[in-house]
Formats: sequence, structure tokens, C-alpha cells
Amino acid sequence: MTSPAAPRERPLTPRKLLAAGLGLVVLLALPTVLPTFQTLQVSYGLIFGIAALGFNLLLGYTGLLSFGHSAFFGAGAYMAAFLVKYAGVTSMEAFLAAGVLAAFATAAVFGVVCVRYTRIFFSILALALSQVLWSLALKLFWVTGGTDGLRVPTPTLLAGALAPAADKTAFLVHRYYYYVLAVFVLAVAVMWVILHSPFGTALQAIRDNEVRAEFVGVQVRRYRYVAFLVSGAFTGLAGALWVPLNGLTTPDILYWPFSGKIVFMAVLGGFRTFWGPIVGAIVFNYLETWAVGFTVYWQLVLGLILVALVLAMPTGLAGTASLLAARLWRR
Amino acid sequence: MSLLEIRSISKSFGDNRAVDDVSLTIRAGELLGLIGSNGAGKTTLVNLISGFFPADHGQLVFDGRDITRQTVNERIRAGIARSFQLVNLFDQLTVLDNIALTIFAREGKTRHLMALAATDGAVYREALDILGQFSLEAKAGMLAGAIAQGERKLLDVAVAYTLRPRLLFLDEPTSGVSSREKAPIMDIVTSIVRSQRITAVIIEHDMDVVFRYSERIVAMHQGKILAEGTPDEIRRNEQVTANLLGAQPA
Repeated sequence: MTSPAAPRERPLTPRKLLAAGLGLVVLLALPTVLPTFQTLQVSYGLIFGIAALGFNLLLGYTGLLSFGHSAFFGAGAYMAAFLVKYAGVTSMEAFLAAGVLAAFATAAVFGVVCVRYTRIFFSILALALSQVLWSLALKLFWVTGGTDGLRVPTPTLLAGALAPAADKTAFLVHRYYYYVLAVFVLAVAVMWVILHSPFGTALQAIRDNEVRAEFVGVQVRRYRYVAFLVSGAFTGLAGALWVPLNGLTTPDILYWPFSGKIVFMAVLGGFRTFWGPIVGAIVFNYLETWAVGFTVYWQLVLGLILVALVLAMPTGLAGTASLLAARLWRR
Repeated sequence: MSLLEIRSISKSFGDNRAVDDVSLTIRAGELLGLIGSNGAGKTTLVNLISGFFPADHGQLVFDGRDITRQTVNERIRAGIARSFQLVNLFDQLTVLDNIALTIFAREGKTRHLMALAATDGAVYREALDILGQFSLEAKAGMLAGAIAQGERKLLDVAVAYTLRPRLLFLDEPTSGVSSREKAPIMDIVTSIVRSQRITAVIIEHDMDVVFRYSERIVAMHQGKILAEGTPDEIRRNEQVTANLLGAQPA
């Protein structure tokens, strides 16, 4: 019998496939039943879910806590904005490709320095490097628009097959929602395969015991570097998806509190499970939106709620749900 | 025929000379016991040979090739593997995955990002076969961190064995287990090592274990080699008796 606290995902079972299928059906149906504002929130949640999924490749599966993922999200978002401003490109596929490439290149540079270290040293280095990008976005205002940021209009989808509608909101809650959902499903599938590949097992071995991993022939630093690249690329993909929805990118998304948000999404949902960061991203986004509308002291309210949730559910929302489901199943 | 030649190897930590100008030949196919009191330099010597840290001076020649400056990975590829004094496993992976991962690493498959590990039937069949050899097949689905200490010791050796080594270092394979469990563990390990004709070095504190299972014994004291010979020769050696054994083992 396997311990119920097993942090590793079991292979895909029929029950899990059914649950995933049901989840997908619900997500497909949401725009037809939810008000516009709520559908937009789901889109944001799915996009942050991709970012948290990428982040969790490092935290949950490699044992590296990055406080610098705002850099990759921002690289993806700003690259899409640059394409609009300097090349007149409005193709969403170009945004995604360029966003992923920009985040990948950023991770390739940061990773050379960061993966030499672990624990707090890794975290602080990632944070420090991300703040270099933030200060560049702030100071190079003639390129980046400074604090005003850069506007990104509604893009064309599927190589121009779906042009932006006159009603921007209708476009975002229907066509763009389904586009985001399709990219989300693809990103989840790719990450699931990576985590269940021999490479993914090697990352978990590094997380558990890097000395032994080295002594079975896993080249620890090289694998950490590849994980860093993949993690950065996923987060950059999220940034490129986010910017047309938001319509604007500013240096705020490169600032360290945004990295903190991604960390919190993973912790809130449960970084020991595959689905946890996605659940955490959706719930965090809703909580933040609700708190902002509830009071001007929204940071205080949000902070108290999050602290209470983490203290009450140390394994996160998904981890707690799994434990409860296991208990119910045994009865 | 020598498999490993250790030539005048030394390692210091600050003022402490942990291994002091040690020369030793390990012959192919033998089961060598390495004994010594705490701080004698046994584990440091194994760490130097396995590449855990570099030697200050000296040379290591494995199967005719100088491996002194090789990385851990290169030494593994050459055929050197080790287990650890303190059990070193992937505690949050299953027992089966501890072995499967080692096979993936041995075969260079851990570079594969877009292939599902579970679909590689050959790897999991071999992993189950290895667990069977170590009497661990019933524990295959458990987390490595959740099995008993004696089983963890066996799994630690099984992980090293999975690398198909030609030279296997067993660093205190029975430390931390009850005296009742020691003989079954050593019986399993030595029978596998002998049947596969693997050259093995047992580093042990328990003299009963070393004298019972080793064909040749090397005694270390204060970073130097004190004596080497058959178990009977070591048992009769006055220096060894005075410094290490005290009362002779029964």
C-alpha cells in the first residue's frame, strides 16, 4: 500500500481521465452560463494557471523556489507588446511564439547563474535578476513606455482566420476564451507528459536527494537548467496570453510582488500535486478580484484570508481535497 | 589481476590528514573488507574513489585508465558504483521508481522529456527483477521513505547494483539495523555480488560481518593502511589487534 501522503502523481487512471474530461466540459460550457465579468475572470485564472504550472515544475518537482518568475511572465507580455508597437504584428500565434522565445532566452541567461545554487541563494538570485528587468522596463521608457506601459490591441486568432470583432468584450469572452482554453489544455497536457517522463522522474530524484541523483548518473546542474528553461517558457507563454486580455502591459508585472503572487498560487493550491497550482491560480485570482471590490484595504483582507487558508490547509486546496477524497473512498 | 590501483592518494581537511599516502590494489572479482575505527579514513577513501571530492595528491587507475580527474558521472560510466553509510534514497519516489530511475539514468533515457516513463515496459520489468533479487518486490509500490531500515539498506545497495558496476563499494551496509537483520542482508548482497562476479568492497564497523563475508581485509588507522591480508592474517596481526580489534572476534 502506498502512503496517502505520497506527493507524486499516480499514472493516469480511468477515474482521473473522467474527472479531467468533466472539468473540460465544465470549462467549455462556462461562457454560456456565466456573466461576462466572471468569464473574463476564468480566462485570467486559466492563464495564471499556466504560469503557476510552469513555476511548480521548479518548486514542486525540482525543489527550487523561484522568486523571479515575474521576469518570464513579463518577458512574454512585453515581447507581444513590442511586436505590436515596433512590427505592427497583431497575430496571436506570433505573440505566443515570440513570448515563449523571449522567456526562454531570459531563462537561458538567468539560469546560467541561478542553477549553480539551491535554497535561499537560488531564490534571492532569481529575485535579484528579475528586478534588473523591472528596472530596465521602468527606465527605458522610450522603448517600454515606462510606467504608462504599452498597449496591446485585440489580436487576430488562428493565423488571421478569426479577426477581432467590433465588440471587444464579446470577442474576449467567447473567441479569446476558447483560444485561451485550448492553449491551457495543450500546456497542461505537455506539462503532464514532461512530469511523467524519465526526465520528470529525474527532477523529482534531484528534489529528494541531489547527492544520490548525482551518484546514479543524473547530471544535476544540467537537469536543473533544463527545468529552469521549461519553467520559464511556460510562464512566458502565460504572459503572452495575458497581455491581449489585459490590453496593456506595465512594469508592475515584472516587479517582485508579481513573483510572490505566482508563489502564492502554487502554495495555496498545493505545490505537491499536479493540479494544485492551477486550482490555486484560479482561486487566488478570484479572491484578489473580490477583495479589491470589497474594500480599499484589500491587501489586508486578502492577506488574512490567504494566511488562514494556508494554516488550515498546509497541503493546499488540491492536497486537502485529495486527502478528503481518499478518506471518503475508504469508508 | 588488478581492477583498481590506488597510488599514494592523500586528502586533508584543514590540518586533519584524513587519507595519508594510501596505496592499495583491488583485484578483479574479490570481496574486500575495509575496516578501521571512526576517523580512520575508510569513507574518505571511498569518497575519493567514487569522485565525491577530489584527491589532494595521488593517482587512481581503474582497469588501466587514469580516473583521478574524472567526474562522478564518468566514473559511473566506467563501472564504479557505491552505496552510502547513511541511507541515501529518493524517499518520495516509490521503491520501484528508485530502481527504474537508476535504469533510465544508466541507459541515458533521463534526457527524454516527451516520453511517458510508465510505457517503457523493459525498464520496469528489469526494475521488478532487481527488486526480486533483493527480496523487495513486495515493497515496489511503497514510498522509499516509508519502508523499514533494513529494507532501505537493501534498496540503497540495489540502486548501486542497478548501475551494473564492475566495482561496488558498500559503505556500512548493515549499520543501523538490528543484529538479527544483518546476516540476511549480507547473505542477499554477497550472493548477488558473487553470482554477478562484481568486485566489491565492504566498509564495515561490525567485525563479525567483515570477517565472515570478506576474502581479503584491509585495515586502516589514522588515514594510513595498517595491514592487509586474509581474515585469518588480519585476526592474528598484533598491530590490528592492538589498534582496532581489542578482543578478537569469535
